[in-house]
Amino acid sequence: MNQFVLVDCTTVDGALSQLNDGSVVKAAGVDLLDRMKNGTTTPSRLVNIRNISALRGIHPSPQGVTIGALTTLAEISEHPLLTSQYTILSDACGSAATPHIRNMATLGGNLLQQLQCWYFRSEEYQCLRKGKDLCFAFAGLNQYHAIMDYGTCPSVAPSSSAVALLGLNASVELTSAKRGKRTVAIKDLYVHPDANPTKFNVLEPDELLTAVTIPRPAAGTRSAYQKYGEKQSNDWAIADAGVVLEMDGNVCRKAAIVMGAASPVVRHSPEAEAVLAGKPITEETARAAGKAAMQGGPLQTAMQGAQPLSMNAYKVQLFPVAIYRTILLAAGQMGRDPSAAG
Amino acid sequence: MATTKIPSSMDPLLDAAADAAPAGMETVMMPVGVPGYTLRQEPRTVPTTEPPVLPINADLNFIGKSPERWDGHAKVSGQARYTADIQLPGMLYAKFVDANVPHARVVSVDTSAAEKVPGVKGVFVIQNLQGSAKLLNPSLDASKYPIVRYAGQPIAAVAATNPQIAEDAAKLVKIQYEAMPFVVEMEQARQASAPMVFPGPANQGGTAGGGGGAADVPQTGNIHGPSMHTRGDVEQGFKDADVVVESHYTTQVQVHNALESHGVVADWKPDLLTVWASTQGTASVREGLAGFFNLPKSQVRVITEFMGGGFGAKFGPGNPGVVAAALSKQTGAPVRLMLDRKEEQLSVGNRPSSDQTLRIGAKKDGTLTAIHLVSYGTAGCGTGAGCAGPATNMYEYAALRTEENDVFTNAGPGTAFRAPGHPQGAFALEQTIDELAEKLNMDPLDLRDKIDRNSARRVERQVIRESAIWKSRNATPNADRGHIKRGVGVAQGVWYRNISMDSAAEVRVHQDGSVEVLSAVQDIGSGIKTVMAQIVSEQFGMPPQQVSVKIGDTNYPVGPNSGGSVTTASLTPAVRDAAWQAAQKFLASAATALGTTADDLVLSKGEVSSKSGKFQPVSFRRAAAKMNTGEVSAQARRIPDYAKSKYETYGGVDVAEIEVDMEIGLIRVKRILAAHDCGRPMNPTQTISQINGGVIQGLSYALYENRLLDPNYGLMVNPNLDRYQIAGSREVPQIDVQLIQSYIGQSSTDASGIGEPGGIIATPAAIGNAFYNATGIRIRSLPMTPALVLTALGNTQQTKETA
Ligand SMILES: Cc1cc2nc3c(=O)[nH]c(=O)nc-3n(C[C@H](O)[C@H](O)[C@H](O)COP(=O)(O)OP(=O)(O)OC[C@H]3O[C@@H](n4cnc5c(N)ncnc54)[C@H](O)[C@@H]3O)c2cc1C
Repeated sequence: MNQFVLVDCTTVDGALSQLNDGSVVKAAGVDLLDRMKNGTTTPSRLVNIRNISALRGIHPSPQGVTIGALTTLAEISEHPLLTSQYTILSDACGSAATPHIRNMATLGGNLLQQLQCWYFRSEEYQCLRKGKDLCFAFAGLNQYHAIMDYGTCPSVAPSSSAVALLGLNASVELTSAKRGKRTVAIKDLYVHPDANPTKFNVLEPDELLTAVTIPRPAAGTRSAYQKYGEKQSNDWAIADAGVVLEMDGNVCRKAAIVMGAASPVVRHSPEAEAVLAGKPITEETARAAGKAAMQGGPLQTAMQGAQPLSMNAYKVQLFPVAIYRTILLAAGQMGRDPSAAG
Repeated sequence: MATTKIPSSMDPLLDAAADAAPAGMETVMMPVGVPGYTLRQEPRTVPTTEPPVLPINADLNFIGKSPERWDGHAKVSGQARYTADIQLPGMLYAKFVDANVPHARVVSVDTSAAEKVPGVKGVFVIQNLQGSAKLLNPSLDASKYPIVRYAGQPIAAVAATNPQIAEDAAKLVKIQYEAMPFVVEMEQARQASAPMVFPGPANQGGTAGGGGGAADVPQTGNIHGPSMHTRGDVEQGFKDADVVVESHYTTQVQVHNALESHGVVADWKPDLLTVWASTQGTASVREGLAGFFNLPKSQVRVITEFMGGGFGAKFGPGNPGVVAAALSKQTGAPVRLMLDRKEEQLSVGNRPSSDQTLRIGAKKDGTLTAIHLVSYGTAGCGTGAGCAGPATNMYEYAALRTEENDVFTNAGPGTAFRAPGHPQGAFALEQTIDELAEKLNMDPLDLRDKIDRNSARRVERQVIRESAIWKSRNATPNADRGHIKRGVGVAQGVWYRNISMDSAAEVRVHQDGSVEVLSAVQDIGSGIKTVMAQIVSEQFGMPPQQVSVKIGDTNYPVGPNSGGSVTTASLTPAVRDAAWQAAQKFLASAATALGTTADDLVLSKGEVSSKSGKFQPVSFRRAAAKMNTGEVSAQARRIPDYAKSKYETYGGVDVAEIEVDMEIGLIRVKRILAAHDCGRPMNPTQTISQINGGVIQGLSYALYENRLLDPNYGLMVNPNLDRYQIAGSREVPQIDVQLIQSYIGQSSTDASGIGEPGGIIATPAAIGNAFYNATGIRIRSLPMTPALVLTALGNTQQTKETA
């Protein structure tokens, strides 16, 4: 492991004043320490923000809810307001990683964690996302990689909470010492590799993610998130689905259908959403929505629909199932899937 | 004195045998068979120095019971010291420099920058590599440094005053490679045009754990084999068959991934090399180091107080042991070298893959007329991918031919792994037997009854047949309609009675009534410490926790290397014999002070009494105080099995109940029932623990584990425990174990082994058969991931199969 300086901060201002000279922010460090151990990240300074108590907490308001960046996934998954009204988020945070990790991992760190591509995570491969010009996944082992909208890099969006927060139309608060605060919608938080391969999100080096704000869901909103893996414990998503339904009785006014492990950046499926809008939720409409999601039009790239790689065609099977089952779960027509992971 | 024993003169079997007993031998009756099913008494001719015959478990006080694990408290409270916990004054920390290319000639190794790092005390460059296959003619690739044949091969090591310095300095060792073409995929390696891993014939021997491949076989390209075995006339056998089933199976490479990585602390002193090692064989480490450094064995001491798992990968010093000792010699300081997880995944062994074509012919009544197995498998740059054990030893057949081939690839060498070759072999064999049963319109258990005469297995099948889980099986495959389909499948495994004669123990009785038992044997987690205490307890009547057990040190009498499931079977008779002899010495030593002679004394249930009633029974402790010396001791070593020819195989029959989520290709194992025999279970809880572990490792192999090598660069993409998938808490089903006490009358304890037969062999195949029962489709590859299952179900077309 490389030598580094650890700066422990207890206030936001204190942390912000330390964000210079290649400093790297450490929240719980689940993702960061992993990259430091495998040699892909070698920071000279770590700014530990874990002990900034002001950034930890869940604050309901008439407009919705604001969650401090250092709130743990476990805290979110158990909070009564969130489990009842923002179920997609408590589901997502409750099924990410493992119980141990959820007790440590923070919401901010979960949103900003880097890719899980095994080429990216190996110091032996100098890939596109590290500023070189080659992607090793296309011709290599790509069973866990993207099937949609990937362009030059078929890594997948790793964050479960991002799926939920995109579905809930949330935004993040970014704070810097010089420029103060700004608000960025989740949909604008991530940078697609085709736009800039080495910039994973819009944060500037001197910025902290300080809070996440979620607008109050419309009346009649029901939501859910489910994640599927090769294993049910201790595994990453091979498919996942976040569903927010604004219901009028049994008719869906408006739906948000979001996928994480399908593409490099977490994405809506407008096609799936269109299938549900104005229709009653039934197994048939739910399945149709799942199917439509794989026909999705281009969002970030010019790619039309699912285009699996050499080893991941099975994921094109999985997503529609993840989506239809999660729609039915959100609508209260099916229990939590015993096949889901987390 | 009242006795239920039949006087020998009333037993014609015994009388007949007794007539034949040679000098120094006597004939005794021993329990043989399964209580409740086949228990009987059989004569055995044994040395007169052997202790009295041990009755079955039901009639014992400590053996066959499950006292708490002798060192359980030390382990769960963190007091147990594992190799990585050893701290010696002035100790240095070593770190390997590993190759990051799969095949290359090392042109130069420049250590100068590393040596200059403050805190670095020594750098060692490897000249003699341990582990891989060796060229018969080494001059074929004469080179200053060993040829790199796999990414992760250790090249050098740095020793420094702390682990961080060692790690940083290791990165400064500059290696210049001359790249060579490589191949990591077995299919490619089999092609005539493939890059050659070795330029000529190469062999790899086994270890004390087994493994290794045939030496006297042809080698063409990367194909080392076939190793052929033939019994009977196979062509004729297939002609005689009414039904022939042929199928093709492939299995992946599995890595041991014991929780504790490989590692040693070596302390080289002029007159003694002391090594703390995480090893399955203190003896094998001593032997290896003495041989490598040309030291007398008496000047090498190996200590393994506690160890955190091996599964077959931890025999001999290996590269870590040799390099740590060399660095200690070079620097004059103790050196600790522990591997990290990535090194563990790459360089210290694995279970080879397999590609099997199996053909079985049978008569209408199930009688097997012929078995023909052709297998290929890769143990990387090692050999040992043979998997014909189950096909050869499980069933009766008229004719058999096996052709096993190793295929060299540029990957880390395989090594013994919990029942080498057997999980692979059973995965193909047991599914083929089920296919055959279906063709013959026979119940899978009935067919096995027909072709397997093993008496213990027969009892196990009966247990299975009567179980709720088997009764819940729908004999018609693919019977469920919804997207969740339930299936139940059965498979059996077979293992062998291996005995290490290098098994000795000493028992000491002290005047204060304390008793200790000593052996160099190591406890690899299976619990031999507890069992040794139980044996001494049975003899002296004291609770096992009061027996002082001292093991894991070559200063004690030699112990077996724990491979081949030998430990309990080999060592416990020596322990019992030593305890018995020590007890006789103790009685002799106390007799005078007790006012009688030794032959008037009986030690039973912790009390010493006089046969002639000379005194009221006294406690063992009070009797010990009357010894005429401070300590008596007896050492005993393993004597050969009483009736070697009479043993049968050990094994078990496992049933799996699974659910298949047809839409996402996920298999969820709901329940496993495992019925197993292992001679006399010395400690049922510990025995069941071994089977639980085997079942979990077996299902983990069947469903998740897979070493993935990038075909274009030859590097492992998942050298961690995040992407190398191992069953976690939600994957572990309800496991019920039915222990079959199967007495075989072989030794003074009649114990056998369980580490390998339990679970890992039969469980993967049982899951395969359950999958067929659930879906009506055979799954012929491992691991059964959603990608593979959806492909098998015909839902998905992959351009390329999951590696
Ligand atoms: C086996 C396994 C399975 C997993 N499965 C899942 C899963 O299914 N779903 C899922 O979502 N995650 C999963 N994870 C990942 C895990 O949830 C994340 O690593 C964790 O949430 C990261 O949070 P952290 O607080 O530890 O972040 P850190 O590691 O501390 O930080 C992560 C990154 O964000 C930056 N950062 C953190 N906080 C801030 C901030 N406030 N402002 C600016 N920058 C910041 C850091 O600099 C770093 O680059 C899994 C992990 C493992 C090991």
